[in-house]
Amino acid sequence: MELLSGADMIARFLKDEGVERIYGYPGGAALHIYDALFRQDSVQHILVRHEQAATHAADGYARASGKPGVVLVTSGPGATNAVTGIATAYMDSIPMVVLCGQVASHLIGEDAFQETDIVGVTRPVVKHSFSIRHPSEIPEVLKKAFYLAATGRPGPVVVDIPKDMTAPTERYEYVYPKKVKIRSYNPVTRGHTGQIKKAVDMMLKARRPVFYTGGGIVTGGASEALTDLVQRLGFPITTTLMGIGAYPQTDNQSLGWLGMHGSYEANMAMHHADLIIAIGARFDDRVTNNTSKFCPTAKIVHVDIDPSSISKTVRADVPIVGAAGSVINEMISLVQGREAASPEALAEWWQSIDGWRAEREGKLYEPSKSGEALKPQEVIEAVHRVTRGEAFVTTDVGQHQMFAAQYYKFAKPNRFITSGGLGTMGFGFPAAMGVKLGYPQDDVVCFTGEGSFQMMMQELSTCKQFEVGVKIVNLNNQSLGMVRQWQDLNYKSRHAHSYMESLPDFAKLIEAYGFTAITVRTHEELAPALERAFADTNELVFLDIYVDPFEHVYPMQVPLGSMRDMLLSKTERT
Amino acid sequence: MRHIISILLENEPGALSRVVGLFSQRNFNIETLNVAPTEDPSLSRLTVTTVGDDRVIEQITKHLNKLVDVVKLVDLTEGNHIERELMLVKVKALGAARDEVKRTADIFRAQVVDVTPSVYTVQITGDGGKLDAFIQAMAPIGILEVARTGVSGIARGDKLLSL
Ligand SMILES: Cc1ncc(C[n+]2csc(CCOP(=O)(O)OP(=O)(O)O)c2C)c(N)n1
Ligand SMILES: [Mg+2]
Repeated sequence: MELLSGADMIARFLKDEGVERIYGYPGGAALHIYDALFRQDSVQHILVRHEQAATHAADGYARASGKPGVVLVTSGPGATNAVTGIATAYMDSIPMVVLCGQVASHLIGEDAFQETDIVGVTRPVVKHSFSIRHPSEIPEVLKKAFYLAATGRPGPVVVDIPKDMTAPTERYEYVYPKKVKIRSYNPVTRGHTGQIKKAVDMMLKARRPVFYTGGGIVTGGASEALTDLVQRLGFPITTTLMGIGAYPQTDNQSLGWLGMHGSYEANMAMHHADLIIAIGARFDDRVTNNTSKFCPTAKIVHVDIDPSSISKTVRADVPIVGAAGSVINEMISLVQGREAASPEALAEWWQSIDGWRAEREGKLYEPSKSGEALKPQEVIEAVHRVTRGEAFVTTDVGQHQMFAAQYYKFAKPNRFITSGGLGTMGFGFPAAMGVKLGYPQDDVVCFTGEGSFQMMMQELSTCKQFEVGVKIVNLNNQSLGMVRQWQDLNYKSRHAHSYMESLPDFAKLIEAYGFTAITVRTHEELAPALERAFADTNELVFLDIYVDPFEHVYPMQVPLGSMRDMLLSKTERT
Repeated sequence: MRHIISILLENEPGALSRVVGLFSQRNFNIETLNVAPTEDPSLSRLTVTTVGDDRVIEQITKHLNKLVDVVKLVDLTEGNHIERELMLVKVKALGAARDEVKRTADIFRAQVVDVTPSVYTVQITGDGGKLDAFIQAMAPIGILEVARTGVSGIARGDKLLSL
């Protein structure tokens, strides 16, 4: 029998759970735990420079690896600083466990120093939360936290740990719980076979089918199965922003991603489809545009692990509650040996799609001419080339995020890492840090904007301490580009506070942290700068690339319209 | 339409706030809420009445089911059920009104449970509609205070909401 203090149990549990790394920041209520971490060397602690960065780093790692990211913060301001990152993970269903120090039990409720009701504050943005009430329950509660975070529809779980629960003097028996059961929590796995049969029959009869798949494929590890199913059927597929890479975008059946800034052909195909097979996607408003005009001729099959996602905004004709991988595999076995009812209809459907593709071919944006400012799109394409399309890519939020999603083509899942649901500026850089720490051999690129980067740039110091060699590509348009685009379109170009008139000299700033920065202002400078930046995978390099401040992201769905109502450029619309 | 949803909830700190929080967070409405322990000390039973069209009610039950603390739930209005609420009403009871209160209480099968020279406290049980009618009947006499428990309910027949 092993007797451990609560703090030592936490450190020990993390090791037994196979956690290699946690991200955090110390403070009074967490100090017993920090001391326990100091006295072991199985779990590496990454000291961030702001707790929000700890959550984003853990989140980035979780998105790349599929394993829960782990965060440790102190009570009060430490915990509240983590809230944005918790909400970010919640909106995108990312597994995360956040351990928060809390004031000692006898002080709770007394407005003690650095006391906040963090369980209350985070309640709407967690999958679940726990408060430790006795040190002896720590192993079991932590196991439940990891189990909940990673199973079913994943999400963040907060564990509130009053300081006295980790007191070094009080020791209790520690046994690593290999399994836990929660009687009220039984996530579904298999879908209803009758419903799956019905869906497959509809798929084989469909004349204008399209797959619409989301982050559920990525978090559900169902990418291979999906690719198999889609290729057997020969149907077109579009993914959400969160689902990018779940089907290789390099393949001809991929229409790219859909929605507000999705591809023309994806949105057109959705609008004209007679059958939409939605898997692990949630019909969110950035995808559907006006739900009352959404895909008027389509029947909808909706597969999701979360029943509350089905028929939430758009009614499903065939709802299937189940894990993506299991349902898709069952579909594959039902499709085997059967043929589409009318291959001619499918061929016609592909003709329409190829027609839409041809309409926009070569017109997506106007490349810059010599002497003009670089276009952000061409920078993304150049980075794609130099990384052979194989990098992990994180983004911040804004125009650069959409351009990265549009112009970096992904052949694999878990590679495009972006805050889709919450749209959190500041996410990209710390997320890249988390990815790089987990995948030191790979290129990790963060596409950011001068606005977003300034929200989390203090993490340069963390990167220095832990030698984290991410590549930061700052698409510097000297403005809050996405805000400005909306102001151009909806407010007669009244640019209320979308300027950044006092930008720092980024090169000097980066150098002050001890890193290399390269400033790029012209075409001629771009290729050599990228060569230099990507020469050493393990060197942090910051590319400050000046791009056209007047560029807009297109296509852009017209507000209140249908899927196919889009602005295609500053002068064209559908 | 009005629905009565009964929930078996883990008797854990924070569980109730998750249920209530869900309603405000997702813009669902709560008309009445009633919660108490059951014969199993690890479980509370919570009954909520809410109003919404089928789509909203479907979302409410799905989201409730998703809460880790919710062990089981039933929408009682989907089948035959018994609905009860208890109300205590203080009414002014002076002079002729004393008899009037008594008579009205009798008609509603309510009981006077406390008496002072000027006030009667009346207890009544029934469904929400009956309680509303009683309030209306008493209003002209002079209601001083009302305490309602909120609706509690149970399915008729063999149907159970249990583990
Ligand atoms: C934390 C946060 N605050 C505000 C916003 C609203 N917002 C969305 S995009 C954007 C501008 C981003 O500017 P920048 O990072 O320079 O990217 P750009 O659009 O110029 O590429 C803003 C302010 C947000 N998404 N997140
Ligand atoms: Mg910008």
